Order: sequence, then C-alpha cells, then structure tokens
Amino acid sequence: MMEWLSDNGLLLGLAVLDGLASAAAIFMVAVGLNLVFGVLRILNVAHGSLYAIGAYTAASLTAAMVAAGLPAWLSYPMLVIAAALVGVILGPLIERVLLKRVETQEPVLQLLVTFALFMILEDVQKLIWGVQPVSNETPMQLLGTVDVPFGADVIPFTAYQLFVLPGIALLTLVGLAWFMRRTLTGRVIVAVTTDREAATSQGIDAAKVTMLTFTFGAALAALGGALASPMTSMVPGIGASTIVLSFAVVATAGLGQIEGAALAAVMIGLGRSIAVYLEPELEVVIPYLIMVLVLLVRPQGLFGVTETRRI
Amino acid sequence: MSRSRLEILAGLAGALLLVLIAWGVPWLRFVLTIALAKGITVLGILLLLRAGQVSFGHAMYVAIAAYTVAFVAPRMPEVLLLLPLAALASTAVGLVVGLFVMRYREIFFGMLNLALSMVFYSLLEKLYTITHGTDGIRLPVPTFLGQTLTGPTYEWAVFGIALVLAIGFALLVRVYLAAPLGQALAGIKTREARLEFMGVPARYVLLSAYALSALMAGCGGTIIALTSRHVTPALAYWTASGELVFIAILGGAGSVLGAFLGAVVYELTRVYAAANLADAWQLILGTVLLLVILFAPGGLVGMAQGLRRRKSA
Repeated sequence: MMEWLSDNGLLLGLAVLDGLASAAAIFMVAVGLNLVFGVLRILNVAHGSLYAIGAYTAASLTAAMVAAGLPAWLSYPMLVIAAALVGVILGPLIERVLLKRVETQEPVLQLLVTFALFMILEDVQKLIWGVQPVSNETPMQLLGTVDVPFGADVIPFTAYQLFVLPGIALLTLVGLAWFMRRTLTGRVIVAVTTDREAATSQGIDAAKVTMLTFTFGAALAALGGALASPMTSMVPGIGASTIVLSFAVVATAGLGQIEGAALAAVMIGLGRSIAVYLEPELEVVIPYLIMVLVLLVRPQGLFGVTETRRI
Repeated sequence: MSRSRLEILAGLAGALLLVLIAWGVPWLRFVLTIALAKGITVLGILLLLRAGQVSFGHAMYVAIAAYTVAFVAPRMPEVLLLLPLAALASTAVGLVVGLFVMRYREIFFGMLNLALSMVFYSLLEKLYTITHGTDGIRLPVPTFLGQTLTGPTYEWAVFGIALVLAIGFALLVRVYLAAPLGQALAGIKTREARLEFMGVPARYVLLSAYALSALMAGCGGTIIALTSRHVTPALAYWTASGELVFIAILGGAGSVLGAFLGAVVYELTRVYAAANLADAWQLILGTVLLLVILFAPGGLVGMAQGLRRRKSA
C-alpha cells in the first residue's frame, strides 16, 4: 500500500486537485437547477444548454476583447458579463414565453416542454458557434501555474483551477446561504418554494418571484459554463452531458438542497477525476454509480426530505 | 360503426397502403421498414405515457438489441433466432433497470433513464476493442430459415417481419391497455395511492409496462440493425431517445395508430429534410414538439378525429 502510494501519490494528488476544480463548475450548475426546481416544481432539462451557451458566450466575448487589444485581466469580468447576459436575456424569455403557459398542465407535459427547448438550444449553439471545438485560454494563461507541495514533490497546477474556480464556487455557496436566510428577497423565494398558495395570500407576487428565480438560476448555469470555459474546449454535446451530470449531483444530494449539492458535487467530481487516472474508461460511469448507490439506500437523496403523499 | 372497429379497419388500411408504397416506390421500402421499427418502439413510450411517465433514454434498449444482433450474427446469422435473442437481451436489461427505476416518478423516472442511456452510449463509444467505437460494426448478410437472400428479396423479408411485428404488437398493446393491468397504468397517473389502497401494487404495474416497452424497443432495434446492417453508438444517443418521445407526441399520445402514423410521417419528412437541414434538425423537431404540445395536444390522430367530428357535425 505504502509503496503504491509513493508511486502513485503524485497522480492521486493531481486527481484530487482536478476533481475539486470540476466539482466547483458542476456545483454552480446544480445549484441553479435546484433553485429553479424549488419555485417551478419542474426540472429544466434545458438547464445544461444554458451552461453551454454561457461557456460559448464567454469564449466569444473574450476573443472579441483580445482582438480589440484590451488588457488581458479584463477577461475575468468578461466571464461574469457573459453569464449575466445569458441569464438576463434567456431567463425571462424562457420563463414568460414557455413555462408560464404550461404551468397548469400535467407534469409530464411540462417536462416535455423543457426537453423540446433543450433540443432547440442544442442546435442554436451549433448554428452560432459551429461544430469545431472552441476554447477560451486567456483567463488561464494570465494567472500561470502554482507549485503545490505534495510530500517531497511539487505538482505544478494552474492557479485558475486551484484558486479562482473553487473560490467562486465557495463564495456562491456562502453567499447563497446568506441570501436565502438573511435577505427579504431570499426569504420571499423560500416562502414561494415552501408553499406557493400561502405566500400569495401574504401578498407575495409569486409570478414575479418565479421569473426572478428562474433568471437567477439560468445565470448561475451560464456562470458555471463561463467559469469552466478556460479548462475545457467546447464541443456540441456538452449541454447534454452537463444536464445529466448536474442531475446526478442534485439527485445524490436530494432535490432542493444547496449545501448538500456542494458535498455531492465534490463527491462526484473527485470520483470522476480519480477514475480518469486509474481506469479512464470508467470515468463516465462513476457519477451515476455514486448516484445509483445513494438512491438505492436513500431514494430521496442524501439530504432530501420525503414528501407527504397525496391520497 | 363502433370506434374500435373503425380503428382496426384504419390500421389494416394503413398497413395495406404501406405495402403498396413499398411495392411501388422501391427505395422507400428501406425508409418504411425503419418507420415501422420506430413505430413498434414508440408503442412502448405510449405505455409509459399512459402512466404519466416519460423516458428520455429508451433508445438504449434499441441499441442493446442492435448490438446483440451485431455480436451474434457473425456466429449465427439466422434471423428467426436473432430476433428473439436480441429482444430477450433488451427485455432482460429492461427488467433489471426497471426494478430500479420503478421506484421513481416523473422527473426522476425521465432523468434516470436519460442518465443510464448516456452511460451506455459512452461505453459503446469508449470500449473500442469490443464495440469499435464510433466506427460501429458492420453486419454480415443474415439468413432466413437457412437461406441467404439478396437484394429486394432480403428487403421484402425484413419489411414483412417488421409489418407482422407491428400489427402483432399494436393488437397486443390495445388488449393490454383495455385489460385491468393497462387500466391500472392510467391509475398511476391520476392518483397512485388509491391504486395501492385497492391492493394493486403500482410499482409492479409500472414494471410490467416498462419490461414490455423494453421488449418492443428490442424488436425495433433488431429490425433497424437488420435493415441498415451497420450499428453505431448513435443508436443510443439522447437524440435518438428524444426522437422516440417526439414521434409519440406527434402521432398523439394515447393512440396505438398514432405511433405508426407519427413514425411514418417523421421518417418521410426526415428523408427529404434532414439532408438539407442536418444542422438544424433538432431545432425543427423541438419547435414542432412545442407547437404540438401547446396547440394540438392530441397530435396527428387528434387532428384527424377533430376533422371527422367537424364533418359529421
């Protein structure tokens, strides 16, 4: 065991760092998915497409910025601007034009509507950004690499993946927890999530809160994509793999859990990156294996609460 | 004339029309065979929709059967043995997966199916030594009752099998939906707890429908493999699953004829449109799906019934 560790310890350390970085990105998407589910009671299958569009937009904006000869540090605000743009433009549009119309329909139809939207957005991406891989390297190059001491060795690791990504994810987690519990807007969202009817009777404009939350959730997905854009190259299909991966996180944690989603994202992120180093073919299977194992023991997820059944 | 007799007559007329088209326009034989295969698969989606559940991953069962055919055919090319074997493989996987997913409804049911199919797709793509990755596997010419058929005779044979299976499963699903088991499916949609109070185990009702849907997807997958004689991971990709859900809603969820009507219309349109609009194909499908859900919830069959009612009124 010790001998194996000294041979492979370095790889393992690298895997852990990698896993944490990817967990950070996936957490942003999953937490947005959770928020939207809370107020709308539907799972937005197109949420993964918002991630993809956020990533592509960030790459395009950065490229335009570099071409205009602006300083490289501006690529960081660009990531946030890209996410805000996608959220503010697509969020209200999707919620008002589509989801509001099917509010009273049966759940399976609502799910199908978001699936139809997913099909549409996947092609819109291809039409705008083409099918060739697109990358966004500027933010990563700017910060360079850091030597992480690991036992006797050092691991060179990009500062972006080491500090920026996990940092922003942590900030989101703490900020969101504070926002939901301490601010009026946050509490209103919680009220609508818990009991829409009771909230409305207290004078809360549930329709407005729903739109606001949806926009916020969409922006979080887009931010997840924008933040992930420097680490990966964007190809068609990332929307599909993101929605199933973030669903795995949400299902493992339990629907509606914010802190739980962070833990589940770390579990799944680590599981996946360790699999990459040990048995690359298994990488895709690990997240779902974790999810299925958790669901077999706790069908409502690790932190989920069981809902009372309607008779 | 009673409604059910009218439906059976319409079905037989439709089948006859398909044979005539396949005979008159030879190159459409291939397209219609695939349409029949998808129609059979969509019957399974209809069963699940009856219970208020939608699976975004049923293409997995199509691919399991297709790959079973591809693996076994070099050793044993007899179609009449390949078909039950491949269908059985899909059903067996469907039973195991069903035991897990029958505990979930709506969002979880749909998404778990999607997740499993994505895993299966990735494995098909990555395990190159076994599946040849995205290159796929070419099938040798299979035999019918020991005889090697070629050209049009082979196409007719596969078309015939598809038609017989389509008629058989269409009748089976009609009987199933009218039987207590099928009625209980609708009960899952309205209020599951009431079913259980009556002593009907809702989970096993759903499991039976799920296994049957996997069986039908398996038959569909076998026909697709025999027709195109080339299997690739794309068969299991989420777009293929989305296509099945699309056809079910387009034809008219809840109608057996709708599954085949939807499949034929879909495949014919695809032949003409997909070549020119390959990059925007999902976009078009998604838009039509939205329009049908929002403005014509009964699908093609619903529209036809509406026209008939208006005429008789």
